[in-house]
Amino acid sequence: MAAGHAHPLYRAGDSVVHRLPAHVKIVGAFVFVLAVVATPREAFAVFGLQFLLLVGVWIAARIPPGWLAARALIEAPFVVLAVLLPFFAVGPRVEWWGMSLSVDGLLAGWNILVKGTLGVLVSVTLAGTTPLRDLVSGLSRLRVPAMVCVIATLMLRYLEVIAAEARRMRLARISRGHDPRFAWQLGATVRSVGALFLRSYERGERVHLAMLSRGYTGTMPAFTTASASTATWAAALLPAAGAVLFAASAYWAW
Amino acid sequence: MEPHTGLVAMHMSDGIVNAPISVLFALIAVLGLAFCVSRARRDLDDRTAPMAGLVAAFVFAVQMLNFPVLPGVSGHLLGGALCAILVGPYVGALCVSIVLLLQALLFADGGLSALGTNITNMALIGTFVGYGVAVAMRRIATRSRGGLLLTAFVAAWVNTVVASLGFVLEYALGGQGLALGTVFGLMTGFHALIGIGEGIITALTVGAVAAARPDLVHLTRTSSPSLQIKTTGVRS
Repeated sequence: MAAGHAHPLYRAGDSVVHRLPAHVKIVGAFVFVLAVVATPREAFAVFGLQFLLLVGVWIAARIPPGWLAARALIEAPFVVLAVLLPFFAVGPRVEWWGMSLSVDGLLAGWNILVKGTLGVLVSVTLAGTTPLRDLVSGLSRLRVPAMVCVIATLMLRYLEVIAAEARRMRLARISRGHDPRFAWQLGATVRSVGALFLRSYERGERVHLAMLSRGYTGTMPAFTTASASTATWAAALLPAAGAVLFAASAYWAW
Repeated sequence: MEPHTGLVAMHMSDGIVNAPISVLFALIAVLGLAFCVSRARRDLDDRTAPMAGLVAAFVFAVQMLNFPVLPGVSGHLLGGALCAILVGPYVGALCVSIVLLLQALLFADGGLSALGTNITNMALIGTFVGYGVAVAMRRIATRSRGGLLLTAFVAAWVNTVVASLGFVLEYALGGQGLALGTVFGLMTGFHALIGIGEGIITALTVGAVAAARPDLVHLTRTSSPSLQIKTTGVRS
């Protein structure tokens, strides 16, 4: 996963959504998610409409539903929380199939479930249609401090190197008979985490020297990114604007 | 230690905390991060970018490694206290924040609206509280290897529990459904257990680093005597 190439969630393509400038997409994703989170939990229909907006984006991006569903599973631990809420929450209770469930807990569970699911679908859509390099340059376009962007770029560039180093250490341990199953067998694994830190840190020192010898003066050359026209902004923010409108309509109706 | 297999979200998703509180904590995270950027530069000068970049890559890689807890059950390291002890609180918080930002944008791990709360809990509160504990115990840490391991363990345990208290605070302000006492009990109880694992791994990792390159442990580095020029008795 070198910078500029693919990352695990990226799905190469050449759709309208893929071609949009990254900073516009990042803003759109954040606005969309905030609109979803701000929607009152009783506004069941609004969540449906917001989902339909996302379906529109997926059609435009030509992302198949199965691909999305598999990647949205990352959210699973929070589904457990949502399922537990009706049993543990306080307030008036209802009987359902012999179980006593809290009304407030049911709504609170639904709230986390629907908002978490829509949120993770938005994140997966953003990650799926935006290559790494564009994401970081999009962040710099959004006035994220240059220092943060440079650190992020270097981190992404060396992540695969460090991860491969960790894999080789694991292979070396296993080939010497290491078979960790219990917490008390941690020792060897943890010692290699220490070694991994040392190798990362020392690699950082070498990278710094390499940068200095190539004329690095403490600041990196600025990211060059194309700006977006008003029309592009308008088109890209269409789903987000729709989500905001639907959320606002819920406040009117309730 | 299989990277990426069974990767599940360990960070807060969207919808747990309401919109105003999410925005409030996003502002807190931005302010905290801006402070860390300026202080990290002072810690590392022109080495900041490559060093912090590689340390962040290390944190990211370590979070992908799963440690055995019991057969079939594994956990992974959060790394806040580990970073604070090894590279200092500012660089540490900055690295963990960048890891969280990219996990949300690239891996859909942690909701976009929950980014502020996640950064506040894990990168800011966790790292700084962990470092505070470590600094308070510095005298013990510099005394012996056992003291250093104990310090790292306590710092990581407190870091984990206090980070979960950040969640309790956010839930109290902008969550719904559960009584606060239940949330408090569940989160602190659960994290007191997770914290033991985090503490053991942090202590052993710091111990491994200290054994090979003691000069790289930020916590104990300042305690090393400065260069002294001693003259010999011979006069010219």
